[in-house]
Order: sequence, then C-alpha cells, then structure tokens
Amino acid sequence: MTTTFPTTAQTTTLSPIITLMKDTITLAKRSLLKLKHNPGALVDVILLPIIFMIMFTYLFGGAVAGSATKYLATVVPGVVAFALLMASSNSGTQLREDIETGVFDRFKSLPIARMAPLTGMLTADIIRYAIASLFAVAAGYIMGWRPQAGFGWVLLANLLVIFVMWCVSWVFALIGVLVKSSGTISALSTLTTMVLGFVSNAIVPIDTLPAVLRAFARINPVTYLVDAYRVMVTQGILGDEALAALLAGGMTLMVFIPLTAIFYHKKI
Amino acid sequence: MVRKNVVDGVSLTINQGEIFSILGPNGAGKTTLLRMLSTQLPVDGGTASIFNYDVSKQPEQVRRIIGMTGQFTTIDNDLTAMENMEIIGRLNGLSRKQALSRADELLERFSLTNVKAKELSAFSGGMRRRLDLASSLMTHPRLIILDEPTTGLDPITRSEMWNTIRQLVNEGSTVLLTTQYLEEADQLADHIAIIRNGKVMAQGTPNDLKNLIGDTHLEIRYDNKHQMRDAQRIISGHLPSTHISRSSESDTLILNMKESTDMLDLLNHLHDLNLTPDEFSTSKPSLDDVFVRIVSQDTGKADKAIGK
Repeated sequence: MTTTFPTTAQTTTLSPIITLMKDTITLAKRSLLKLKHNPGALVDVILLPIIFMIMFTYLFGGAVAGSATKYLATVVPGVVAFALLMASSNSGTQLREDIETGVFDRFKSLPIARMAPLTGMLTADIIRYAIASLFAVAAGYIMGWRPQAGFGWVLLANLLVIFVMWCVSWVFALIGVLVKSSGTISALSTLTTMVLGFVSNAIVPIDTLPAVLRAFARINPVTYLVDAYRVMVTQGILGDEALAALLAGGMTLMVFIPLTAIFYHKKI
Repeated sequence: MVRKNVVDGVSLTINQGEIFSILGPNGAGKTTLLRMLSTQLPVDGGTASIFNYDVSKQPEQVRRIIGMTGQFTTIDNDLTAMENMEIIGRLNGLSRKQALSRADELLERFSLTNVKAKELSAFSGGMRRRLDLASSLMTHPRLIILDEPTTGLDPITRSEMWNTIRQLVNEGSTVLLTTQYLEEADQLADHIAIIRNGKVMAQGTPNDLKNLIGDTHLEIRYDNKHQMRDAQRIISGHLPSTHISRSSESDTLILNMKESTDMLDLLNHLHDLNLTPDEFSTSKPSLDDVFVRIVSQDTGKADKAIGK
C-alpha cells in the first residue's frame, strides 16, 4: 500500500492579515449565498424599507407635514436610518446561530483566521445595508422625493448611514459573543430599534415631544445621523452633524473592535 | 504516530493507517476529547500531538492535516452541496478551481453528484452525513476525526458509511472515531478505547478486550439467597483468580472461566458440598459484555475487571 498525502493546501504560512482578509472574503461570500438562497432573509433588507416608506409616508405624512409629498424630505432619511438600524443586529444573531447549529465547530477545525467567521459576516452586512438603503431611496423616488442636492449627495449620505450602522453592528457582534442565545440578541435588537428609532427625529419632528423624551431625542445618535443626512441631500454640504456622526462611528469602532476581538478569542 | 494524553494523564497511541474507536456511554467525554484534538477546545490537562504537531502549541499545523466531522451537522443548510464544499475548500487554502474540481471528485465518490446543486434543507440524514464527511476530505487529511459518524442512520446507510471509512484507511488515512455502538467498534476498529468519566477504562484490539473478561462465562443461579452467598464464598476460595459478579437481579453469579475443566471441577465441588445450582449456563462474551461490565461497575471493580 502506498501512502500518499497530496496536501494541496497552502504549506507556506501567509501573514495573519492576508489570511484574515482572504478568509473574510470567503466567509462574506458564504453569508451572501445564504442571503441568495434564503429569501426570508431578504425581507429585512428589501421588503422592510419599502413597507416603512409606504407606511410612514401615508400614515404620518398628512398629519406631520400637511401632505405625503411634503413629508418625503423628512421621512426618507429617517427610513434609511431606521431600516439599517433594524438590520444591524444581523451578524450578532448569525454568529449565535452558527454556534448553535454546529457550523462554527467546523470553522474552528479549519486552518483559518480565528476572527474570519465574524468579520466575514460583518463584511457581508455592508452589502445588506447597501441594498436596504437603495430600496428605501428608490421607494422614496417613486413616491415623488426629489432631493435638492441631487442623487450624488444621496449616495454619499447613504454611505454615511451605512458606515455608522456598520459601526453599530460591531456592538451587536460583541453582544452576540457574550450572550447565550440568538433570541436574546433579537429581543435586544427590537428594543434598541424601537427606542432609538422612534424616539428620534427620524419619523416626526421632536419639538412637540414631552420634555423628557425631547431631551433623549436630542442626544440620540440617530437624530444626529438623520440630521446629517437631511443637510447633505438638501444643502449639498457635509455639515457638523455628518462630521459628528463620522467621529462617533470611528470612536465606536475603536472601542468595540478590540473589545469584540478580546471576548471572541476568550469565549468562542 | 498519533499520541495523546487524556485529561487524567492516561495515554492513547493511535497508529498511522488504522481505525481507532473511542467507545463510551453518553457523557463519557468522547466529544470533548475529539474537540480537544481538533483544536476546538483547549487541552486543559496533559499534552496531545498529531503527527508530531503539538495540538496546543501548533494548532495551525494541526488544522491543516486533520479533517473533522462533528456529531451535529457542520455544514450550511441554506447553501447547496457544491457551495458548501467550495467554501470549505477555499477556507482550507485551495484555489477556487482546485476547490471546485476536488468537490466534484468527492461528490461523485459519495454518490451526491445528482444533488450537488440542491440546498441541504432538501437532503436526507444519510446524504447530509455523507456530505459532511466529504467536506472534511477536501484536502486529503492525514487524520480524519469522526464524531459518531453513524448515529441516526438506517442500517443500510450505516454499512455504506462503514465501507467508506474502510476505504479511506485503505487509501492511507488514519481514522479516529467515536461510537456508542459496540457492533460498530467491533466491525471497524483496529483498536478500541473504552472511556468513562474522562478516563480510559480499557483499551486494546477488540479481541484483547474480549479476553479481558475471560473466554467463557459461567452463570450459576440459586433460588435460595443463603445458598448463593455460601456458593460465592466457596468459589472465591476454590478459584481465587476468577472474577465473580452478580446479575442485576442478584440471583445469578457470573464467573469468567478460562478452562472448561475448571468449570466441571467447580460444579462438582459445589455438588459435593450440597450447593448444586438450580440452573447454570455458559456463554461466550461479546464486546457488549466488556462494555456493560466496565461501564456499569464502579471504578474500583472496573479496574479489577481489566486486571489492574
């Protein structure tokens, strides 16, 4: 009996960063394939933004702005932020599900970068967010939204929201690392979306809110983000709010990437 | 070739090119052991090495030479068979082209070619297991680790799985598997280790293990408890080296006998003392007996049973 070990796998050791990037791309592809095969997952990023646009515009438009069309300038930025906030717990949930089903055990026995399963999901999230923001904007356009600064600025504003929500998804990733079940993350995510999404200027002006809620809405990061978006698409400038949002996002990453990495290596 | 010290320091050595089976009841530590060896869990006591790579210190190298199939489905339900295999191949460092051609080869071999574009949610349990195993073979692993590869499979699928495992060994791989089925260990394994509470209770070839509890069982039953106690005392004195145990109803003594002359001698001796059994019978031990004996008894008696 001849014994052959035609190990075609890489025998040279790539630098850890290259390995992480390579494996991240492969696993991001996996997440996107899951999205493709599992249309239920697309409800989040396609159906929800469209339904939010239709619902909010026609439910609140007349009451808040006098007419649905006038309300669009307020609500499109709000819905983009709202829909992405809702999708931002995806990686945290996904991570827990992979651990629960055993897929994660397979990853652990493969010669891959330790963090790649998580970074892969988070990378795929960027695509999900892009899809969600695109559908929100497209629905707005069809309903008659015509931002003064033009769609170049809309694109930039979407990128800003995608960046900020991607930073938020690292927070949920940390939660995914720490909690025991995917149900916990879903519950936390719903709570966060409700509180941060509704008690902000995303859907309604905050001037008429009771004092306590108004104070909360003022410091709510979603309010800043939505303001930044509105300034960008109407005035065509990167206002203070946008800079504040970028800064806050950057700071979130600086705290949560190392924190997530530490607990990930420790607990998973 | 493959050496490991399990939690309590007991050492197992697995030879290259063999099938080594770890047998134990639920909760014995089988899965934990495999998860340690496949670098999924830290080795918290002693050392383990696979093909001279230390599992704790060189996990990267170990991951390149092993293929691990866990007890639960370790592939993506939402993805097709081909996509699953491509991703696992890519994560193993294969190029896209290499991954696809190797996947084709393995799917063909595991008779899954006709369903390669189907999502796994449409797969039966047996197909899933086959794909699971196929996925761990993407890079020709030198050591294949299988955690209960046939649990939940029907008898036909199970024997197909056995053939596949044998074939892998013929091609030069080494296989380490766990099982709850004695028959499976008996059929497949070159060496067996019986573990319980994280400790190796006995190990050897299937025949070694059968020999541990003697060549033949002599079972003696008494209706009268007093008589039985007297008989047990007499036997201990008459044949001190014989292992004696009681059946679960404790009306029967089970003796491990090496020689049939000893048996005749013993029965005559009991007859002379007016302790003629109400019933007696003899039987050949099976691996089940070894397993049941070792697993059901407390640690001290089990140590005696395996001659420590």
